[in-house]
Amino acid sequence: MTETTGKKGVSRRTLLKGTAGLAGLAAGSGAITGFPYVKSADAKVLRYLGTAVNEGDDISKQCLKDTGIKIEYITATTDDVTKRVMTQPNSFDVLDTEYFSLKKLVPSGNILALDAKKIKEFDNITPVFTKGQTPGGKKIGGQGTAPWKVLYLEGKDSKKFATSATEFVTLIPTVYNADTLGIRPDLIKRPISTWAELLNPEFKGKASILNIPSIGIMDAAMVVEATGKYKYADKGNMTKEEIDLTMKVMTEAKKAGQFRAFWKDFNESVNLMASGETVIQSMWSPAVTKVRSMGIPCTFQPLKEGYRSWASGFCVSKGVSGAKLEWAYEFVNWFLSGYAGAYLNRQGYYSAVLSTAKAHMEPYEWAYWMEGKPAEKDIKAPDGSLLEKAGAVRDGGSYEDRMGGVACWNAVMDENDYMVRKWNEFIAA
Amino acid sequence: MDASEDILHQASPDLVRGSETKRAAKAARLSPSFISWLQAGPMMLVFLAFFLIPLVFVVIVSFWDYNEYQLLPAFSGRGYTDTFEGCIAQLPELCTIGKTYLMTLKLCFMVWAITLFIGFWVAYFLAFHVKSKTWQMGLSLLCTIPFWTSNVIRMIAWIPLLGRNGLVNSGLVKTGLINHPLEWLLFSEFSVVLALVHLFTFFMVVPIFNSMVRIDKSLIEAAYDAGATGLQTLVNVIIPLAKPGIVIGSIFVITIVMGDFITIGVMGGQQIAAAGKIIETRVNALQFPAAAANAVILLAITFLIITMMSRIVDIKKEL
Repeated sequence: MTETTGKKGVSRRTLLKGTAGLAGLAAGSGAITGFPYVKSADAKVLRYLGTAVNEGDDISKQCLKDTGIKIEYITATTDDVTKRVMTQPNSFDVLDTEYFSLKKLVPSGNILALDAKKIKEFDNITPVFTKGQTPGGKKIGGQGTAPWKVLYLEGKDSKKFATSATEFVTLIPTVYNADTLGIRPDLIKRPISTWAELLNPEFKGKASILNIPSIGIMDAAMVVEATGKYKYADKGNMTKEEIDLTMKVMTEAKKAGQFRAFWKDFNESVNLMASGETVIQSMWSPAVTKVRSMGIPCTFQPLKEGYRSWASGFCVSKGVSGAKLEWAYEFVNWFLSGYAGAYLNRQGYYSAVLSTAKAHMEPYEWAYWMEGKPAEKDIKAPDGSLLEKAGAVRDGGSYEDRMGGVACWNAVMDENDYMVRKWNEFIAA
Repeated sequence: MDASEDILHQASPDLVRGSETKRAAKAARLSPSFISWLQAGPMMLVFLAFFLIPLVFVVIVSFWDYNEYQLLPAFSGRGYTDTFEGCIAQLPELCTIGKTYLMTLKLCFMVWAITLFIGFWVAYFLAFHVKSKTWQMGLSLLCTIPFWTSNVIRMIAWIPLLGRNGLVNSGLVKTGLINHPLEWLLFSEFSVVLALVHLFTFFMVVPIFNSMVRIDKSLIEAAYDAGATGLQTLVNVIIPLAKPGIVIGSIFVITIVMGDFITIGVMGGQQIAAAGKIIETRVNALQFPAAAANAVILLAITFLIITMMSRIVDIKKEL
C-alpha cells in the first residue's frame, strides 16, 4: 500500500484495489489471525504487565540486546494490575506484581507459578524472601503479607500456600523496599524519630497519608502503635474491632484538620512535599529522590518503630505455555543476572539477587546504596542526572539496617471488605 | 420495527433487478416513518449496545455476591445492605452513604447555582448585546478555547495558584492584606466548587445562548413599547423563553457533577467524599457488586433530580 500511495496522482479506484488486494493477501496468508504471533518464528515478544516501578526503557533495550526478547510494557497502577489479572488474564504474558495481591490472584487460578529449578540464581536470592532475615542474620518483622509466607505453592496447580520450600514459586522476587515517612527537614527544623509525629498537632494542616486503603491503613496502624494507644497482634490482618479503633484515631485527626490532603499517586506526593503544602507524610523512596533532585531538602526519615515494606515479583499468565513459557524463564533469568538489579539499586530500590547486581555496579555506588557509607564520588541516577553530591549518606543507612528494620509488610486483610467500607467512612467524615 | 421490515422485504426484489429508475421511484415511496426509523436507527443501536445493555448488566451484577477474587452469581442484597450500613443504627447521626450524598448534593447545588448565574449572563451578553453575527460566532468560539486543553490540566492548573505558597496567597501576603496564607483556598470545598465552575460553565452557556438567539426580537420590542422596564422584560419575556436552554444546561451540569470524583478528589485533597469516589474505591478493591449497587443508587438519585427538573419545564413541548 505504501507503494501505491507513494505515486503521485493515484486514482481512488486503484488505491482501493491495492488495499483490497493487500488485505486479501494478508487474510489468505493467515497474518491477520493470531496477531501477537506474527513473525513468531524469529521475534520473541513478551507482554509485560506491571506497575511503573521496574519498567525502565533501559531495561527493555538491554534485554533485547542480550536475549533477543522484545518486552512490551503494559503499565497500570497496583489496583488496576490486579483488576486486569482477574478480568483479562489473556491480555498479558509476564506479570510483575506485589506479594500482597497473591491472596487474591492465587485463588483466582489466573496465574501460573514458576519452577524454582529453572531459575539459575534462585539459590542466590536474598534470604529476605526465603527465610525472613537479612544476609547478616537480622530477623525481619513478619506482620502483614510477608513474602516468605506466600512464596511457595503446595503443587503446580495448587491454590494453597506451602509452609515449607517447594519448587513451585508464586512470584520470583524482583524488587522491594522499606518505606517510611518523608519529611521536610528545612521546615520542621528538629529531629523526627517516631511514626507518632504524623499526628502531632504541631503539624496540623501539614500532614498527609496515602489514599490507597490497604496501604494507608498500615501506615495508620504504625502511627497508632507508636502513640502507645494500642498494640496489634498483626497490623496486616486486623480484627474488625482493631479496624474500628484505627479508623477512629485517624477520623479524629482528620476532623481536627491534621491532614492537608491525601495522595494517591507518585506525582501527587511529590507535589505536596515540594510545594510545602505538607511537611510530613507517608512516601515512597523515589518520590523523596525526585523532591531532592528539584533542589528541595527532603528526608526519607528512618523511625524507631521500623519500616513498612513491600515486594514485587514475576509470574506468568495461565495462558502462557510452550515456547513462550521458555522465553518467560529466559527473561526472568536475565532479569536476575545483574543489569536490571544494578539499575534498580541505583534508583534506591533493592534487587533480589545481590551478588549479580553488585558485579554490575561500581564499588563506590555499592558502598553508598547498599553499605550506607558516605559517597566517595557524586551519585548519579541511571539516566545520568545527579542525585547526591560526594560525601552524602543514604537516609536510613545500609541494606542491613533498612531491611533489618522492617516491622510489617503491605497486606490484604481477611476483613478487607469491612476495611474498605470503613475507609470510605473515614473519607466521608 | 415490523413495519420497516415489511418495507425492506418489498423493496428487495426491486433492488435485485437493479433498475436505476425503479429504485428511485421505490425510494420516493418509502413511508416517512421508515425514513425516521432509518435516521434514528444508528443512534438507537449505539445507545442499545453501549448504554442500555451495559446498564442491565450493572443492575444484575449489583444483586450478586462476591468474595476477594471473584463474582458469585447468586442473588444477594449485600451490595445494598452494606452500602446503607448503620443508617438506622447511627441515627440521628448520618451514615457514610448519607454524609456522602449530602456532600455531593451540596457541591452539586452550589456549582449548579453559580454556573447558571454566570452562564445565563454570558449567554445574555452574547445573544442581545453583541449585534453582529460574526462577533457572536467569534466570541462563542473564544469561550471554547479552554477546551483545547485537557480537563485534568485545567483543573491542576489551579493548584500552584491557590496553594499555601501559591500566587494568590503570596500576592495577598505581600500587599499586607493578610498575615498568614489562607489555608482554605486549596484542598477545600471552595477549591472544588471553583474548579467545577471553571470546568462546566460552558455547558450552561451553549444551550442558554441557543435558546436566547431564537427569541423573536420583536417580542422584546413589543414589551418595550408596552412600557415594560428592563427587569420586567427579563423576568416575563426572556427567562420564560430561555427556559429550555436553562433546563438542558442544568441537566448537563448536574449529571456531570453528581458522578464526578476526579475533580473532587484532586481539588479536595482526597478528603471530601463523593458518590463517584465510593464506586471507585469499591472497584479498586475488586468488589464489583458493591460498586454496581452504588452505581445504581447514584443513577436513581440523578434520575430523580432530572425528573423533577423536567416537571418544571416540559422540554419536549418547549423545543
